[in-house]
Amino acid sequence: MDHFTPFSSLFGGMLIGLSAVALLLLNGRIAGISGIASGLLSFSDRAPDRGWRLAFVAGLIAAPLGLVLLGGERPAMSFVAPLPLIFVAGALVGFGTVLGNGCTSGHGICGIARLSPRSIVATAVFMAAGIAAAFVGQHVIVGG
Amino acid sequence: MPRILGGLIAGLLFGAGLSMSGMMNPAKVIGFLDITGHWDPSLAFVMLGGLIVTALGYKFVLRRDRPLFEPGFALPARRDIDPSLLLGAGLFGLGWGLAGYCPGPALAGIGFGNIETLTFVAAMLAGMIAARRSSGFLSRLTA
Repeated sequence: MDHFTPFSSLFGGMLIGLSAVALLLLNGRIAGISGIASGLLSFSDRAPDRGWRLAFVAGLIAAPLGLVLLGGERPAMSFVAPLPLIFVAGALVGFGTVLGNGCTSGHGICGIARLSPRSIVATAVFMAAGIAAAFVGQHVIVGG
Repeated sequence: MPRILGGLIAGLLFGAGLSMSGMMNPAKVIGFLDITGHWDPSLAFVMLGGLIVTALGYKFVLRRDRPLFEPGFALPARRDIDPSLLLGAGLFGLGWGLAGYCPGPALAGIGFGNIETLTFVAAMLAGMIAARRSSGFLSRLTA
């Protein structure tokens, strides 16, 4: 199993916080990944803020690759579910984050930092559902 | 053009933070969510670090009249707890706990080209489109 990484996780979290502060200071926006990504999926209207959303996603994808190019370690990635289950999970995450107006970043970090009651409730609900689904996924579906 | 630079800077910081946090690894996220396994509290430290910096930084930034590159702040104003919020958060949590991926780490990981990551992101984008298309129907259903 994986090791507990208090310092790198705390530091990584602080960088994520810095990103949220930067986006509010520069563009006046909340750094919610599901909102930024799903805002790119409206094909009907010509969204005036498509440019910064695309730039955000480009930076999000480029930074982990850039760290590796600069000599950093390739981030570990091991997968815990078979591909069909990953597909179902992805669909649930996409549908759920749009319906519930946010994900771990928008509700869990930016929203709680603003003491938004919607975000506090949403975070409690997705944490509880995540714990339940991880239990079922790891001990009932995948086994072990 | 400055707004695009703002998006890029924030995206780079977010991606670097995710990379260092260890949360790009679904197994590590599951190590947190599966409290009956070998519990790994790292994800709580990511949240803690993110919350401290965001809460303090937001306080300073929101003392300003406006952001640097926009005429005004665009902050969510709603405070009501409605069925869509609860159902959406519940469905999101189920998917998160099954795969160990939420939107940020999944998108941040697509550059490494794993079929699992690409599959998750494709399904996630399809789910987002489905939710946007059905929003009228759903709001009538849950109203």
